[in-house]
Amino acid sequence: MTEAGVALRLQNIRRTFGDLTVIDNLSLDIAAGEFLAILGPSGCGKSTLLRIVAGLTPPDSGTLQITPPDLRFQNAFVFQEAHLLPWRTVLENAALPLELMGVDAAERTARARATLAEVGLADAESLYPAQLSGGMRMRVSLARALVTKPRLLLLDEPFAALDEITRFRLDVRLRDLWIERGMTVIFVTHSITEAAFLADRAVVLTRRGCGIKLDRRLDLPRARDNDLRLSPQLAVEMQALLGAMEEEG
Amino acid sequence: MRKALPAAIPFLVVTLALEWLVRAGFVPAFLVPPPSAVLQTMIHDWPELFAALLKTSAGAVIGFALSAIGGIAFAVFLSSSRAIQRAFYPYAVFFQTVPIIAIAPLLVIWFGYGMRTVVASAFIASIFPVIANTLSGILSTDPALRDLFRLYGATSSATLWKLRIPAAMPQILTGLRIAGGLAVIGAIVGEFIGGQGLGSVVDIARTQQRTDKVFAAVLLASVLGLALFGFINIVSRLALRRWHASEQN
Repeated sequence: MTEAGVALRLQNIRRTFGDLTVIDNLSLDIAAGEFLAILGPSGCGKSTLLRIVAGLTPPDSGTLQITPPDLRFQNAFVFQEAHLLPWRTVLENAALPLELMGVDAAERTARARATLAEVGLADAESLYPAQLSGGMRMRVSLARALVTKPRLLLLDEPFAALDEITRFRLDVRLRDLWIERGMTVIFVTHSITEAAFLADRAVVLTRRGCGIKLDRRLDLPRARDNDLRLSPQLAVEMQALLGAMEEEG
Repeated sequence: MRKALPAAIPFLVVTLALEWLVRAGFVPAFLVPPPSAVLQTMIHDWPELFAALLKTSAGAVIGFALSAIGGIAFAVFLSSSRAIQRAFYPYAVFFQTVPIIAIAPLLVIWFGYGMRTVVASAFIASIFPVIANTLSGILSTDPALRDLFRLYGATSSATLWKLRIPAAMPQILTGLRIAGGLAVIGAIVGEFIGGQGLGSVVDIARTQQRTDKVFAAVLLASVLGLALFGFINIVSRLALRRWHASEQN
């Protein structure tokens, strides 16, 4: 079953760390089922914004409204690196969120297996993270996030450490998974190419996260594969994002 | 066997050199007994030495087990908050800095003459490295994984048993390795003052100027230390071989 994505409304979000204001007075509406990329110069607070949405960091002020509200565990978070439990097998890692939520063993194993198959790791379930390549580890991390059937998937520069070919493949897989599941996706990245290739809407934050420099709906097909990477359409979108990023320098 | 060979060679070389130095008259036999005399004593006094070895082993192993359990439990307690650490860690350091030989007479007064004093001495001598290493392991748990556990509403006991303890396991085992040797030292010191075992054999042989017997007892004590060390290495290998670099290849 696909679960519908959630809609989000952020209003006047502010967050400081000591004297440093990382996000100030930021407002943003995200529609249910949207694939949003958040771009910005480093230090602009994009990771902090994602953590606020996940509920991992509270904002100093401002409100975050999620519709429908109060569904426990509807979020999933993918970190910059895989961050697996090295003492657990691939299957046990993918099943971890269900285990923590109290799902019984038979069901969580079945669901973890199914999710691993979705990310192309059906054969690797009994391996340990130390035996995997970087790309495979990131796939396990993605499966761990997807196993709860989240309605909001948050990704913080998830493929940044991978080689280009692996990253291209995972981009396509992520886009397909989004189409299959209909969840809302927020993807933080510093890569213009990746943002334009993956998202339907891209937001470029200003330096210091005090506002939104550019909020652009990307005019690209719904289903995407690697042929799109060299297309003029993608180049147009990348140029628009690049222009906004350069002005923020 | 091939693994034991590199360690056996220095032992043989030193033993033979010592034998030669004493026989050739460079070192007087009442200062350093020739290894052959130590071997003879070992055979001649074997029933007495073996009984002493068993007693010391029991004291050291029980003391070690208590400091393993108590040290890990205390470190878990310390890890629960900064305030608790500040309040109680200094008392843990007390165990590290107290000269065990100085308080051993007190232990006899408190615990009487016998096994309980020996165990207490082994415990006090060996608990600190378990506390310090376990605490440092628990506190250095990957913050991203802590976030992940929070995201899925993990209870604090689930976080402890499924994340913090396993993540700290390499450091816990390092602490136990150090503690094993210290427990043997602690047991022998305890026996010097108020118990029976290799420690008391050493003490009596010393007053009788029987350096050969002192050496035989010390040799058995170091075999005991090595056995404990080997035991912890086996446990470590079993616990970590799947995932930790220290136990791979």
